[in-house]
Amino acid sequence: MNKPTTTRRKPTAVTPPPEAQPARRPPMRVRPTGPIVPPSNIQGNALMVVIAIMSFLACLTLGGVSMVRATAASWQSQISREITIQIKPEENFDMDAALIKARDLALSFVGTKDGKIMDDQATARLLEPWLGAGLDLAELPVPRLVIVTIDETSPPDFEAMRAQLARAIPQAFLDDHRTWVDRLVSMARTTVLIGTAILSLVFVAMVLTVVFATRGTLSGNRHIVEVLHFVGAEASFVAKEFQMHFLKISLKGSAAGGILAAAVFGAASFWQGRTLATPQTDQATALFGTFSIGWMGYLGIFATMLVIALLTTLTARITVMRTIDEIDLIRSDPARTDNLPD
Amino acid sequence: MIHFENVGLRYGMGPEILRDLTFDIPKRSFQFLTGPSGAGKTTLLRLLLMSLKPTRGLIRMFERDVSRIPRNELPMLRRRVGIVFQDFRLLDHLTTYENVALPLRVRGKDESSYKTDVLELLKWVGLGERINVLPPVLSGGEKQRVAIARALIDRPEVLLADEPTGNVDPPMAKRLLNLFMELNRLGTAVVIATHDLGLMDQVDARRMILTEGRLDIYE
Repeated sequence: MNKPTTTRRKPTAVTPPPEAQPARRPPMRVRPTGPIVPPSNIQGNALMVVIAIMSFLACLTLGGVSMVRATAASWQSQISREITIQIKPEENFDMDAALIKARDLALSFVGTKDGKIMDDQATARLLEPWLGAGLDLAELPVPRLVIVTIDETSPPDFEAMRAQLARAIPQAFLDDHRTWVDRLVSMARTTVLIGTAILSLVFVAMVLTVVFATRGTLSGNRHIVEVLHFVGAEASFVAKEFQMHFLKISLKGSAAGGILAAAVFGAASFWQGRTLATPQTDQATALFGTFSIGWMGYLGIFATMLVIALLTTLTARITVMRTIDEIDLIRSDPARTDNLPD
Repeated sequence: MIHFENVGLRYGMGPEILRDLTFDIPKRSFQFLTGPSGAGKTTLLRLLLMSLKPTRGLIRMFERDVSRIPRNELPMLRRRVGIVFQDFRLLDHLTTYENVALPLRVRGKDESSYKTDVLELLKWVGLGERINVLPPVLSGGEKQRVAIARALIDRPEVLLADEPTGNVDPPMAKRLLNLFMELNRLGTAVVIATHDLGLMDQVDARRMILTEGRLDIYE
């Protein structure tokens, strides 16, 4: 029986021509050294999104509170800028003469700027919602008004003005809007207080969310802390590496949230500017004021972004230091270790 | 250089894992640490790395009583000890080169001052062509060599290796052993924890045998 054979060709030593010879391999190049903490992973990206959302909410609340505060201040300022003299009609009473007299008397006081008698048309327009159009004021005993603009910084002596008016025109009554101003001031303060309380809650929620999210992300990197610790890294070195990593994440996240919130305010302000004098915008403006938050609001948003970034970085530092402490605690108390002996 | 005297260690209220250990690790010495599984080899290595404190007894490392060393000085002492973990503990996002250079990086050294040394060491352990490879791509033996190179890169005074040949074939184990001996010739004291009798038979070295927490030394 023939044994199957495998024929192998003897390799022939062929010397390739010099130009065909493979060139000597160049020495391998080392890639640029990467960061000790991996630049991005799923946990890092999730933390960035959490920070962006919390920063957006915090900035939105901050802007909202500053907007409410500005609106309340504007209401208060508008009402306290004017006083009203009301003259009740009586039989055989020359209303027009009384109105002029009341205005002149008011303007004779230091601290008044301008006096305006509400004419028949203006008074009829004022009563139109209740009494309908085409109102003839001569048929109704409707009180008439004189609106006096005052200097807010040095208002006139209301008591003296009231006394003089009572003497000169017994039918006149001076309303310095004090009751309304007091109510509005109290309402504005309550609104700002509620806004500030909400802002504080949002900030506390943001702080806790950021702290827990940062700690969660760090727990996924505990092995890095351990390896660094065992190759002789000092705690400050390890903390610095993680701080830098988390500072970058938090700056990106908080910038995204803050810029988005600023854009929302910018867009709302732009929309309001474009639709001025429409009933919807007038209603919104009357209720909320203008959506512009001013440079102080934008500064607040910027400050919020920085606070969030610093908070994340600080949490990362404290957590890393605590992890190193835990490793050292295991060292001094072997009962805490979860490793079994070999 | 390292002195243990009546050292004992227990985990919590459990039995003593290590009992009355008294021995020295002299400078430039070479020894195997062996014993059955659960005898306490890894625990003893952790004591040598100062990552555990004994329940009783005295440990002196580099002429200092370990129990009196403040926490912030421990990293400086650990830098004089190289460790090869049984599970390698390489950082998966760093290349072979970066993992080996890590101890020098944490010491604040500039890359230009150590680049050549790291590349030469990687060539020495047979990984000259794998410098830019990430650990998940490496074989068990290659990971082992990266871990060894990382432990050696800063010329430690003591090298502790936990089952350094556990994941490699006999020729590679022989090669790694030669590497440890070469390092020892250059002045580093070496402690190799192993189960591998074949490996121990290749070198006429001191044997420290742990049995049920007690240590017997055969010079």
